[in-house]
Amino acid sequence: MAQKSMRDAINDALHLEMARDPSIIVLGEDVSGGAGGTSGEREASGGIFGVTKGLLPKFGDRRVIDTPISESAIMGAAAGAALAGLRPVAELMFADFVGVSLDQIFNQMAKFRYMFGGKARCPAVVRLAMGAGMNMGAQHSQTIYALLTAVPGLKVVVPSNAYDAKGLMITALRGDDPVMFFEHKALYPRKSEVPDGAYTIPFGEAALVREGEHVTVVAIARMVPFAEKVIDALAKEGITCDLIDPRTTSPLDEDTILESVESTGRLVVIDESNPRCSVASDIAGMVAAKGFHSLKAPVQIITAPHTPVPFARELERAYVPSPARIEAAIRAVLKD
Amino acid sequence: MPTGPSTAPATAPALSRAALLRAYRQMKTIREFEERLHVEIQTGEIPGFTHLYSGQEAVAVGVCELLSDADYIVSTHRGHGHCIAKGCDVIGMMKEIYGRRDGLCKGKGGSMHIADFDKGMLGANAIVGGGPPIAVGAAIACRNRGDGTVSVAFGGDGSANQGTVFEAMNMAVVLQVPTLFVFENNGYSEHTGADYAVGSKDIAGRARGFGMPAETCDGADFFDVYATMGRLVERARQGGGPATLEPRITRFFGHFEGDPQLYRAKGEVQQQRQTMDCLVRFRDRVTQEGWLETAELDLIDAEVLSLIDTAVVAAKAAAPPPEADLLTDVYAAY
Ligand SMILES: Cc1ncc(C[n+]2csc(CCOP(=O)(O)OP(=O)(O)O)c2C)c(N)n1
Ligand SMILES: [Mg+2]
Repeated sequence: MAQKSMRDAINDALHLEMARDPSIIVLGEDVSGGAGGTSGEREASGGIFGVTKGLLPKFGDRRVIDTPISESAIMGAAAGAALAGLRPVAELMFADFVGVSLDQIFNQMAKFRYMFGGKARCPAVVRLAMGAGMNMGAQHSQTIYALLTAVPGLKVVVPSNAYDAKGLMITALRGDDPVMFFEHKALYPRKSEVPDGAYTIPFGEAALVREGEHVTVVAIARMVPFAEKVIDALAKEGITCDLIDPRTTSPLDEDTILESVESTGRLVVIDESNPRCSVASDIAGMVAAKGFHSLKAPVQIITAPHTPVPFARELERAYVPSPARIEAAIRAVLKD
Repeated sequence: MPTGPSTAPATAPALSRAALLRAYRQMKTIREFEERLHVEIQTGEIPGFTHLYSGQEAVAVGVCELLSDADYIVSTHRGHGHCIAKGCDVIGMMKEIYGRRDGLCKGKGGSMHIADFDKGMLGANAIVGGGPPIAVGAAIACRNRGDGTVSVAFGGDGSANQGTVFEAMNMAVVLQVPTLFVFENNGYSEHTGADYAVGSKDIAGRARGFGMPAETCDGADFFDVYATMGRLVERARQGGGPATLEPRITRFFGHFEGDPQLYRAKGEVQQQRQTMDCLVRFRDRVTQEGWLETAELDLIDAEVLSLIDTAVVAAKAAAPPPEADLLTDVYAAY
């Protein structure tokens, strides 16, 4: 097994599955790049984050399609291609661009199967780069998975590491539902052990990243490595935590969370998104409804504040939940 | 708007000496602002990612010299030039780009989100195609005020492919409001050529299809931009409705800072810097025609360099926003 970045692991998944399944196509802005350029270089980009590198030379421009800046049409074309038998992987570049293209995701691909009485099959995978931490400002930094988690018909994937990202992408590409695949920009370079071959990780199955006795910590995407750091430090003081990475927010693995809370009695949820109607509040609500009698203390929810993402370094640092805030929350939930 | 005795070419509206000097100063300020940022970005002090406007100065200035503070513009991710041309304070802009408390947007916006409502600058926009609908709304306000003001939506060739832009163009025609759509065709959207992504290869023609007049012009020639846009702006001010300008231009840097530009032929930029530099062409024209002296232009160059230097020094020294600022400005009242 090799150490691979999350960027390379997703790229790996795309290479393997495109070779295996000729119905998979990739489309989006600059997924290869170079079309219409003056250098003649036909892969001048490979995706603005490099995730689709090498696909065009290998699979050609009927399967790796550079599009104009037309997000509604990209999302709609993915929906239509999926209905017509292809398996599109549509790159939205920044997750924030959901704003321009929401109808095709929300009213179209999400609803086909149900609205058409179970007859429609819409296996579209939408790739969305998300997250703060790079000072990209209010319109390029959001973590809006809660918005799409709320939509029946969509599956939502939020990997925290390279190994999971590859397995989850392959699952997405072999399923028959529309999948929103969120890739945290700050995690692209993060490396972990990744097998060379294909493997799948089922949706709705959380990862138990750390095992402990005192507190259940649920963290999403970039908040997982933040929580790992804090939990490993606290372990030296004898405070141990279960760290649960849901990996998919829809479906959500409620059982793993509830079982953990049953044994620890204390829950901390960490989510980089805004607090209202968030995945964090969804999980806290689920535990209050289904695991109330296990709880020994009020649930601690750590999120970004109810503000857009600010630009200045100092403000963005304060916006993103920090290891210090996570540690304080774990200590606080132990007090009651 | 420029006043005074005309020394202008037949093709351009009246341009006084003062107006010519001012236009040069504005273009030079944009150029030096961007060239300096290109250097300063290497130090790692500037947060985020930055899209430079170098090469396109004659468009922003040629358009904005036709406008007053009461007219509106909306801008793009590549917005520094539009901001400067519309009169935004250069020091305040630099501080914003450095993420400082007394930047034009308190450090909350950054390079892609500079606005100055007192100057009619309704904001740069990091969403491609985000601006034109906003410009249509502003033009409704202009029309209803009945004071002859207009709105201008700056955008790139790439933005001409966005559905929001089509909607805005059609709506402007339906409502006959004074919106001017300016598509700066610099040949590329990110790493993709305009000849590939604009299916008809003809943005102006597309605008005509929506039912408005549209013209192309040489975006490296201040006088061509100023004269062509001048006709369209005047028409809109008189109630003639929306119009489109497609300046053909190039950008001297990559899409964003750090772009290796693999899509561009080797030597393309160097060659364009020689043949398509709006500052060189402006200088040549005004000195050859005898409208301005080289010495007065040199003096402006020196003053601009010193202004940019002051801005960078001030931005570096300025304080970052305090953490409490994180929670302010979300609502007017809550
Ligand atoms: C809705 C949306 N899609 C994609 C992007 C990413 N993006 C930023 S700039 C850009 C290219 C814009 O090209 P053009 O309109 O020609 O402007 P230029 O960069 O050449 O000034 C793209 C694709 C974005 N910011 N917003
Ligand atoms: Mg362009």
